[in-house]
Amino acid sequence: MEWETVIGLEIHTQLRTKSKIFSGASTAYGAEPNTQACAVDLGLPGVLPVLNKEAVHMAVKFGVAVNAEITPRSIFARKNYFYPDLPKGYQISQFELPIVGKGELEITLADGSVKTIGITRAHLEEDAGKSLHEDFQGMTGIDLNRAGTPLLEIVSEPDMRSAEEAVAYMKKLHSLVQYIGICDGNMQEGSFRCDANVSVRPKGQKEFGTRAELKNINSFRFVERAINFEVERQIDVIESGGQVVQETRLYDADKDETRSMRSKEESHDYRYFPDPDLLPVEVTADDIERVRGELPELPDQKRDRFMADYELNMEEANILTSSRETGDYFETVIKASNSKPKICANWVMGELSGALNKSDMSISESPVSAEMLGGLIQRINDNTISGKIAKQVFEAMWNGEGDADAVIENKGLKQVTDTGAIEKIIDEILAANTAQVEQYRAGKEKMLGFFVGQVMKQSQGKANPAIVNNLLKEKLSS
Amino acid sequence: MHTKTIAEIIEGLRNKQFSSEELTKAYLDRIKQHDKTLNSFITVDADVALKNARDADKKIADGNAESLTGIPIAQKDIFCTQGIKTTCGSKMLDNFIAPYNATTVQKFNDVGAVLAGKTNMDEFAMGSSNETSFYGAVKNPWDTNAVPGGSSGGSAASVAARLVPAATGTDTGGSIRQPAALCGITGLKPTYGRVSRYGMIAFASSLDQGGPMTQTAEDAAIMLNVMAGFDQRDSTSVNKPVPDYTSTLEDSVKGLKIGLPKEYFGEGLDPAVGDAVQVAIKEYEKMGATVQEISLPNTHFAVPTYYVIAPAECSSNLSRFDGVRFGHRCDNPKDLMDLYTRSRSEGFGEEVKRRIMIGAYALSAGYYDAYYLKAQKIRQLISNDFKQAFEKVDVIMGPTAPDVAFNIGERTEDPVTMYLSDIYTIAVNLAGLPGISIPAGFAKDRPVGLQIIGNYFEEARLLNVSHQYQKVTDWHRRVPKGFE
Repeated sequence: MEWETVIGLEIHTQLRTKSKIFSGASTAYGAEPNTQACAVDLGLPGVLPVLNKEAVHMAVKFGVAVNAEITPRSIFARKNYFYPDLPKGYQISQFELPIVGKGELEITLADGSVKTIGITRAHLEEDAGKSLHEDFQGMTGIDLNRAGTPLLEIVSEPDMRSAEEAVAYMKKLHSLVQYIGICDGNMQEGSFRCDANVSVRPKGQKEFGTRAELKNINSFRFVERAINFEVERQIDVIESGGQVVQETRLYDADKDETRSMRSKEESHDYRYFPDPDLLPVEVTADDIERVRGELPELPDQKRDRFMADYELNMEEANILTSSRETGDYFETVIKASNSKPKICANWVMGELSGALNKSDMSISESPVSAEMLGGLIQRINDNTISGKIAKQVFEAMWNGEGDADAVIENKGLKQVTDTGAIEKIIDEILAANTAQVEQYRAGKEKMLGFFVGQVMKQSQGKANPAIVNNLLKEKLSS
Repeated sequence: MHTKTIAEIIEGLRNKQFSSEELTKAYLDRIKQHDKTLNSFITVDADVALKNARDADKKIADGNAESLTGIPIAQKDIFCTQGIKTTCGSKMLDNFIAPYNATTVQKFNDVGAVLAGKTNMDEFAMGSSNETSFYGAVKNPWDTNAVPGGSSGGSAASVAARLVPAATGTDTGGSIRQPAALCGITGLKPTYGRVSRYGMIAFASSLDQGGPMTQTAEDAAIMLNVMAGFDQRDSTSVNKPVPDYTSTLEDSVKGLKIGLPKEYFGEGLDPAVGDAVQVAIKEYEKMGATVQEISLPNTHFAVPTYYVIAPAECSSNLSRFDGVRFGHRCDNPKDLMDLYTRSRSEGFGEEVKRRIMIGAYALSAGYYDAYYLKAQKIRQLISNDFKQAFEKVDVIMGPTAPDVAFNIGERTEDPVTMYLSDIYTIAVNLAGLPGISIPAGFAKDRPVGLQIIGNYFEEARLLNVSHQYQKVTDWHRRVPKGFE
C-alpha cells in the first residue's frame, strides 16, 4: 500500500522583548537561576499580571507578515495544570480568541516547486520556568528565570506531506521571525521550538489518520529525523494489523526514536477560561496599518527583487535571501565591488559560504566583511588579480591578514599585465619545449593548454591569463 | 477617646488634644482587653504600631502631616503587608510574609496611617460568618453568641467594638456589607475597578473589591479618598479621576429617587428586618426623597450564578498554593503528587476545598458551557436589570441581609442556607456596582443594615445619601454593651 504523510507544526517563538509578557523582569538568557523572577513571575499571593504592549506589537507584526486576520479583541485565557515550574498553577495563554487568525506562508522545495502552507492561528502566551533534575540528588531544582517570557505559538494547518516540507516550512518561519525582528531565532537557547503533529493515511484517502504529537524537537535536523522515524513507526503499526493511538510522544535525539509520553486518556483537562485579571487586547485597523508600515522587506519580496534586479535564478535568490543578514551582506558586496551581481553571488554562495560552513559560523560572524569581499571582487574586476589568485587572497583575509589590497601588496600577488615581461617568459618556455612546439604546429592545438600552464606556473599565477593566451597564439603561429 | 470617628480624631490630633502615641496605645490596650473575647485580630504588632505612632507625632510636630498621619487603622488579613504576616485566614499561609505591600496598604502608609493590626476573616474570604477562619470564629460584639458575618468579620467586629476607628475589608459577594450590617457599622463596596486589587489575595478576581469599614459614612469617604484610584499594576482598575468624596456629603437628598426592588422584600426576609428597613426609608421620605417600587427580575438567579463564577475563579486562583514556593508544605512528601495532595489537603479548610471542587467541576471539559458560560450570560442579564432600574431611580435601597446575625454554629452544617445570607448583596458584585450598608436600627436586639446601591462610580452619591441619614439618626453612634 502507498502511504501519505500528513504533518502540522506548532512552533513556539520567543519574542525578543526586553521584559516579560506580564511583569517588568528581564528576559535575558543565561542569568543565575531565579535572579530574573519578580513577585509576579513567582506567582506570589495577590500579585497581578500587566500585559507588555511590545509583545502585542510583535504578534501583530507577525500576523501582518503572514497576511493573517488580526483579531480586534483577543482574549487571554488560563490554562490550568499543576507543575512545579508553573508558578501560578496556570499558564496565561490565549484559547478561543487568539490575536492572530488565519494566514499563510509560501515555501520552496528542493525541486523548485512552490507550496503554500496555511497558518491556523498564532497566540500569545507566557513560558514556564525550568525544572532541573540533575545536580540535586533525588530532588528537583526550579529555575523561574524563564517563567513569564513571552511566546508566540504559531500553529500551522496539516498541510505538509513530508519531512522535507516540514523542514522547509520551519526554516522559512525561522527566517521570517528574524527578518521582522520579533525573535532572535536562537534554537540552542530554545528561542524557536517545534512540536509536530504527524499521521499517515493510505494515498487517496480523504480522512486524516490518527495523529501523534511529537514534542520538543529543537533543530531542523531533529525535526526531519523525528518525523521520518514516526512515519515509519506508524506505517509499521498499521501494516502489522495494529492501530495508531492518539498520544504525545517525545523525540529522543540520542537514540533517534520517539517514545510515548502520555495517551489521550491521560491528557490534561486544562479547564480553560478567560483570565479575569486581564482586559481584552484591542487592536484597531489603524494599529494594523501602522505596523504594516514598519515592516521591513519580507523574504519573498526580497527574493523577487533579487531575481528581477540582479538576474539571479530562483534557487540563487532563495539562498541569498535565506536570512536578512545574507541579503544585506550580498547587496553590500555588490555596492563595494562595483561589479556584476552574478560574480558577487558566486562568491557569497561559494567561497564565503564554504568557509562559514567549515567553521560553523553564521554570516554575521564572518571574519571577512561584505566590504572586504567587495574589495576583493573589485580587484578581480579591474584585472589586478586573477580569479585563482583571488581565492588565495580570500583565505588570507579569512585568516585576518588584512583587506584585499593589503594582502595583494604584502604577498606580491599583483597580476602581471606587462606584455614585455610575459613575452620574455613565453620565449623561455617555447625555447625549452621545442618538441611540444612542433606538435602544436603540426596541428595538435590542444597543446596550447600545456603552454598556458607552463607560463602561469613560471609567473606564479600572476600573469594575466588573457594576455598569455593571445601572445602564445601569436608566437606559436608565427 | 475610642468612640471618636476618624473625622473627630483628625480634629483632635490637629488641636493637640492627644498624640498619635496616646491614641494608638489606647486602641492597642482595648485590643488587648477585648480581643480575647472577640478574636477579631490575627496579628497585632504593638511595638511596630507604637513606633510608627511616635514617628507620626514627630511628623505632626514638624508640620509634615498627611491626611491620616497618626491614625490607627486595621487591615483585613487579605491585604499583603511587607514584613508582617499575611495569612488570609488560612493555615496555608500561616507562615507567609509578603515581600511587598498591597497597593491599598501602601496608600495608607503614604498618608501616614498607623497599622494597628491584621483582622481575622473567613479563610480566603470564603464564608458569610467568619467561622471558616483557621484562626477561629470571630464573635459579634453585640452578642458574643452571634457571628459577626463574613468574610470581613474581624474588621466589622473590631470597628463595632471600637478596637480601631476603622478598617479595610474586601467584598466578593457581600463580604464588606453583610458583616457591616450584622455588626452595626458602615461598609462600602466600591464599583469594581475603583480600588486596586494588587496585593489583595484573590478569591474571585472578577468580583473582588476592597473598601472601607467605618463607623460613619463620613469616615468611609475619608478612607475611600485614600483607597480609590487607578493602579498600573492592576489592569482591571479603572483610569478615571477620583473626586473628593467628602466634598458632596452635605448635598441635600431632596428629590432623590429611591427604588425599592420588590424581590428584596419578599419571601426569605425576616419581617423584623424588613420593618426596620421600612422605617429607615421613611426617614428619607421625610427628607424629601421619593420612593417607588422597582423590579430586578433576575434576582433569584444571583446566588446560583455567583456559586458557579466565584468557585470557578477561585479554583484557578488558589492553584498557586501548591507547597512548592511558599506557604504550607506537608512533611516528607514521597513524590510530587504526594506533595501537592497533602500540602493542599492539610493547608486548606473544608469550605475552601468545597469551592475549589465546585469550581474545577464547573470549568471541566463538557461542563464549561452548561455552567460557566451560562453563568456569565445570566450575569449579563442581572447587570441589565440594574441598568434598566437606574434609568428610573437614583439609588436602590433594601435590606443588606435577610436576617440579623445568626448564632455561631447555627448554619455551618448547611452551606446553602449560609450562602443565602448574601442573597441581596451578591447581585451587586455580579454587576460590578457600588453598594453600601449603613446601620438602620435593631431587630431582636441585633443590628440591621440598610443597603444602598448606586450606579457605576457613584460612590460619592452613596456616601452623601448615607451621611444625610446619619445626620438624622444615631444608630451609627451606638456602641455594644461592654465596649462603651
